[in-house]
Amino acid sequence: MNGTTTIALAGNPNSGKTTLFNAITGARQRVGNYPGITVERKEGTINLDDVKINVVDLPGCYSLSAYSQEELVARKVLVDERPDIVVDIVDATRLERHLYLAVQFFELGIPVVLALNMMDEAGKQGVRIDSARLSSLLNCPVVETVARSGQGKQELMRKALDHAKQRGGIWEPLKISYGPDLDVALDYMVEKIEASRFMTNRYPARWVALKYLEADAEVLASGRTLGGPAQELEAIVQRTREHIQKTLNTVPEALIADYRYGLINSILRQDVLSHERTQKERIDVSAKLDSILTNRLLGPAIMFGVLYAMFQITFTVGEIPMGWLESLFGWLGETATAIIPAGLVQSLIVSGIIDGVGGVMGFVPLIGIMFLMISFLEDSGYMARVAYMLDRILRIFGLHGCSAMPFIVSGGIMGGCAVPGVMATRTLRSPKEKLATLITAPFMPCGAKLPVFLLLIAAFFSENEAQIMFLITLFAWTMALLVSKLLRSTIIKGEPTPFIMELPPYRLPTLQGVLIHSWERVWQYIRKAGTVILAVSVLLWAAMTFPGLPVEEAGKFEADRQAIATSAHDQEQQQALIVEIDNLEAQATLKHSVAGRIGSFFEPVSQWAGFDWRTNIALVGGFAAKEVIVSTFGTAYSLGEVDPEDSSSLSSRIAADPAWNKATALALIVFVLLYAPCFVTVVTMAKESSWRWALFSTCFNTALGFGLAVAAYQVGSLLLV
Amino acid sequence: MQKSLRTLGVHEKARITSITACGEMGRRLRDMGLVTGTEVEVVGRAPLKDPVALRLRDFTLTLRNNEADCIMIERMEDKS
Repeated sequence: MNGTTTIALAGNPNSGKTTLFNAITGARQRVGNYPGITVERKEGTINLDDVKINVVDLPGCYSLSAYSQEELVARKVLVDERPDIVVDIVDATRLERHLYLAVQFFELGIPVVLALNMMDEAGKQGVRIDSARLSSLLNCPVVETVARSGQGKQELMRKALDHAKQRGGIWEPLKISYGPDLDVALDYMVEKIEASRFMTNRYPARWVALKYLEADAEVLASGRTLGGPAQELEAIVQRTREHIQKTLNTVPEALIADYRYGLINSILRQDVLSHERTQKERIDVSAKLDSILTNRLLGPAIMFGVLYAMFQITFTVGEIPMGWLESLFGWLGETATAIIPAGLVQSLIVSGIIDGVGGVMGFVPLIGIMFLMISFLEDSGYMARVAYMLDRILRIFGLHGCSAMPFIVSGGIMGGCAVPGVMATRTLRSPKEKLATLITAPFMPCGAKLPVFLLLIAAFFSENEAQIMFLITLFAWTMALLVSKLLRSTIIKGEPTPFIMELPPYRLPTLQGVLIHSWERVWQYIRKAGTVILAVSVLLWAAMTFPGLPVEEAGKFEADRQAIATSAHDQEQQQALIVEIDNLEAQATLKHSVAGRIGSFFEPVSQWAGFDWRTNIALVGGFAAKEVIVSTFGTAYSLGEVDPEDSSSLSSRIAADPAWNKATALALIVFVLLYAPCFVTVVTMAKESSWRWALFSTCFNTALGFGLAVAAYQVGSLLLV
Repeated sequence: MQKSLRTLGVHEKARITSITACGEMGRRLRDMGLVTGTEVEVVGRAPLKDPVALRLRDFTLTLRNNEADCIMIERMEDKS
């Protein structure tokens, strides 16, 4: 057989859809975005019996209404790409709830194969499902699967292929009766729709009529632009709505949902579903865990403990591979210095590329471990409980329980990244809560800001490292919450969004799932390092190298060296004096360069916060990527030095520098925490909201950060020094 | 007199008699399985008493008290 068969995997969130997708495609996945929006598009290709199968993982959704972006995307893929078959994954332990989506697929008419997933768990809970009977009642193939172990996946794919072939791309919409009132209206509307072929190239006629009755925003809007019978249809809906309101005291969409659930119930009652035990006897592990994990007193304490432990583990475990990478890049730098003759090329490769990129790659293990743990918390179902417990507090500040996630991913427990954090805001329905979360999430101490804090803490507050780090995190949360409150009561006022969310049962995440999940995020970070940060490192290197010192000044340093070489000092003393002159020359060169001039230009103002021109260069570089701050410091203090790779010497150098004290360090910590998000984050923000808001956050955050940094420096100078 | 879901205590069961929310919120509630006639049990409340966790159709759902206000119920005696 030739040609490709496209299978779309669909299902409710937490149905095990992603686990099954991973089991089917393994590591052969492609991740992208649907154009214009930020919902992830995952695809994978497999071969089965010489047939090439393209598997598309649709975003998880509860229904095919236009409530969330995920649901709209799923609908779009189905009607516009017309996959050969939909594999609908339903959780066997929550069959009634999950069949609600399946029924809507049947109404759309697309060929469907049902995967009865989590059959092992259903068995443990004493749930018996007659899948053969379900199959004949639904008139579609049903396959029992256990996604975690991959059980049934071969059969599922075979059945899907067979069914797709059998149906040959023909859509057969299921006609459900919605009671006398609605059926009459539906038939009448179908007639009108078919007569003028209104949207029938995309949807079945009855489906369009149903969406009109359900007041589906997207279908109504596209209907209006098409014209045709749109106005007439809306008039029919209006009449039906009034009639139903009068006679049944309800709305058509509620009636439609009632009948759908009624149909599901009638099917399940025909000896499909039976419980071996009564509700009371069933051992519900999740309920027991919830009584502890979301307990009034224990819940918050455990949550705090879990988050703190995550941060401790990330640091203690992450330090080990971080050290390896540091020495690897150190070795690379040394080797390059040895091989390439001294000069501009050596300087570009060692100081520009290796130092710049190495500084960033050094954080990969840290970020990897952090994402591993976040993925674990997400997949286990605990993250939803965090949102549930924090909602009441976050709501005070004009946020939503789901804002907790973006904050945590951005670095709310130390060492996240604002890029996936900002992307995580898409789970928020209301654009206003989303905006407030989006603008304040970059305040969190992301993985890239950590080295700056670590450097400064090592130099000035080395006696209580962990405490200071913890205080920084608390300060970040306080600022994020206060600023959200400020924004939500001034420029982005508005009503709170509903908090209607599923609390998924606790599950032990699969290793494969957690690994794939975290790898995707780490890869995003590495890609950023390989592209944007590489380019920025080179750019910064050039800004710090050109224009070079004028000939006469360089000549002065050379003359000094000559003088020492011929002086009466012994060999060792001569060497030391020459190094000193080299450093002075490097510093003079930097000050003379473009970057130095920019830094000096801002010095009069930045002096209020205690920042000198070198700090300014680093901070400008930090807008490109926060990792650049430390590597720029490294360059600013060690450019032209013999050993360019020794970061511990950097912190002792800063500690010894007379321009630095505790107040300066504090001010810099405050500023780095709050000022403009990095370039990549700004681009992501623009994608999630608009360029206007992305630019707003850049300017607003910088102004706020500077104001507080000045305050910290001035107060700190009085109290600490 | 009709009572809203907010008045239901932890471990109490009820049947939904009507849902007064319309528009987006109504749609979301229905999509999540909250329709007239559904049996629900309050299984817990968040540490600050809000949101509330419900058990229905073999799964657990959370919503805020002001959303619970839109759901009218009649209390059920615990038969088991």
